[in-house]
Amino acid sequence: MADLWLQFALTIDATLRVATPLILCAMAGLFSERSGIIDISLEGKMLMSAFAAASMAALTGSPLLGLAGGILVSVMLSLIHGFACITHKGNQVISGLAINILASGLTVTLGIALFAQGGQTPFLNKSERFTDIVLPFAEQAEHVPVLGTIYKEIISGHNLLVWVALFSVIVTGYVVFRTTFGLRLRAVGEKPEAVDSAGVSVSGLRFQAVIIAGVLCGIAGTYLSTAHGAGFIREMAAGKGYIALAALIFGKWRPVPALLACLMFGFMDALAARLQGVEIPVIGHISTDLILVLPYLLTVILLAGFIGKASPPRAIGVPYIKER
Amino acid sequence: MNASSLPRWIDIGLLPVLNLMAALTVAGVIIAIIGENPFVAMGVMIKGAFVYDGALGYTLFYTTNFIFTGLAVAVAFHAMLFNIGGEGQAMIGGLGVGLVVLFLDSVLPPLLVVILAVPAAAAFGAVWGVIPGWLQARRGSHIVITTIMFNFIASSIMVWLLAGMLMAPGQMSPETRSFADGINLPLVYEVLQMVGFSVSRSPLNLSFVIALLACFGVWYLIWRTKLGYIIRATGHSERATIYAGHDPAKIIMIAMAISGALAGMMSLNEILGVQQRVILNFTSGYGFTGIAVALMGRNHPIGIVLASLLFGALYQGGAELDFEFQTITREMVLMIQGLIILFSGALAYLFMPAVIRVYSSLRKPTGSG
Repeated sequence: MADLWLQFALTIDATLRVATPLILCAMAGLFSERSGIIDISLEGKMLMSAFAAASMAALTGSPLLGLAGGILVSVMLSLIHGFACITHKGNQVISGLAINILASGLTVTLGIALFAQGGQTPFLNKSERFTDIVLPFAEQAEHVPVLGTIYKEIISGHNLLVWVALFSVIVTGYVVFRTTFGLRLRAVGEKPEAVDSAGVSVSGLRFQAVIIAGVLCGIAGTYLSTAHGAGFIREMAAGKGYIALAALIFGKWRPVPALLACLMFGFMDALAARLQGVEIPVIGHISTDLILVLPYLLTVILLAGFIGKASPPRAIGVPYIKER
Repeated sequence: MNASSLPRWIDIGLLPVLNLMAALTVAGVIIAIIGENPFVAMGVMIKGAFVYDGALGYTLFYTTNFIFTGLAVAVAFHAMLFNIGGEGQAMIGGLGVGLVVLFLDSVLPPLLVVILAVPAAAAFGAVWGVIPGWLQARRGSHIVITTIMFNFIASSIMVWLLAGMLMAPGQMSPETRSFADGINLPLVYEVLQMVGFSVSRSPLNLSFVIALLACFGVWYLIWRTKLGYIIRATGHSERATIYAGHDPAKIIMIAMAISGALAGMMSLNEILGVQQRVILNFTSGYGFTGIAVALMGRNHPIGIVLASLLFGALYQGGAELDFEFQTITREMVLMIQGLIILFSGALAYLFMPAVIRVYSSLRKPTGSG
């Protein structure tokens, strides 16, 4: 029983680790999509910033400079997205797709040119990464039943960026629903002409939104390569950007429900990893492929309106053209 | 003066070429930053795609994949649907080919099995396209998101089946057993050798001919049939379709079924043409490239053939980069592809204002402007 409890605690701990990039990307998507800009380029921005962060950390030895590099590159991609979709009123899905494909090719190409290791960055040692922060008294807490396990295994021992991700949900919730900026942001995604007639620049607001999305994706990418992992591996985003998008839809474009969706999808991932090759009494062998497909399947079912209804911001995907 | 008053050759000829040039220029700058000569790289790619022995055959082999996936995207586009699920539809199409062959190849003569496998590819792809179509038409789910999800679901199904019940006995990698002898589409170089031409080996097969027939079929459907007209009308205005007495939901589903069928037929080239077994990830991004192909080809079969040829050459020439350079590899092609989608898709009208300015200033002196 005690062992099972420990196993459970470890799975929850893994859930947080897996969910961190999802949470950051989902919040990124929330800003962008609430302003009316579809963002399927979460994946590409995360991949590109994972590469930039690991390269920067490897070259300078500083994870913080890595983070700065990751954010910078991701914001640059956001600006390309904004230039295409806001300035030139291009198709937002096509622009996002272009960024994703561009990131796949560019990371490997630049990686080979910089490090000649087949597209990877060098292995990052401890001082070049965001390492786990062991909270005070975590070791002693081990002996306290239940609460001690929760404290030691689940709460303690995460790196800085995990906390940043959780914090980002609170900030997102506050900014989007409690500030003037947030009110305008939501308005511009629902009825941009209203914002325009109030004398606020639609393009300006949308650019701010995609830049914030860029910053958050940059942190997510940095987490992948210099906190969770120890270096960049090609295609390391591995569809997480799309899962985050699914979580955002699942959370109906709201911060806390999106967070819960990320945790749920993260839990499925962690559970699948734990159940790999394990025989379960009565049920027997569970195919991990089937667990891993659940996030996509559930999102399809939700979107189809079979479990509640997810309606996107009304002006999403529509470039704003001022009436003359 | 606005976009519509530009002559057609500028809109469908000059602008796409300018966009392509912009993409290639940015790619060239990146190659130069890496420290290689972009013109040398371009030369290597052109030789690799057209000049070397058998190169053209390989280029046309890749072209075949892109024609199918490009047509798939284009048909959906005509109904204003953005099908980015070509990747998944092609996978499931391949599964259809595999199932038909694996069940029947010990029972029926090879020729008959091949003849049955072709419609199976289309039918399975169509099913994987029509479900998102149905979800869009009847349940209001956004087709972009659903097709993205369906790509992942298809990929999971393939892993699950190929590493499970369809996995060849005694095999460690996730793939089916090989098809029985004689179950493949005829290779072009073998056919040509039979009639006396000596051609180098390449995987180019009958699928190329099927792809060209599909081009004609799509052109005929979209511009010469009533259904095609209604599909285009639905793309412009669903209300118009209703007034014309048709159900837009039904048209959306039909368009997605055709789109899925075309994407599914891409698997003919890979599975029935060369692999002769179902493997994982045989689609390797061709479904996504189809979007670039359709954008460049302006959703017209002739444009799609030309754009497919370009991408076929990029893929085949890109493979040559691996041999010739230390620092640039075939991933370079992925980067170029991303840039092409960006410039000819999202930034399609970037050069429009400049072109209009130049065009109108050139026309004034003649007095006709």
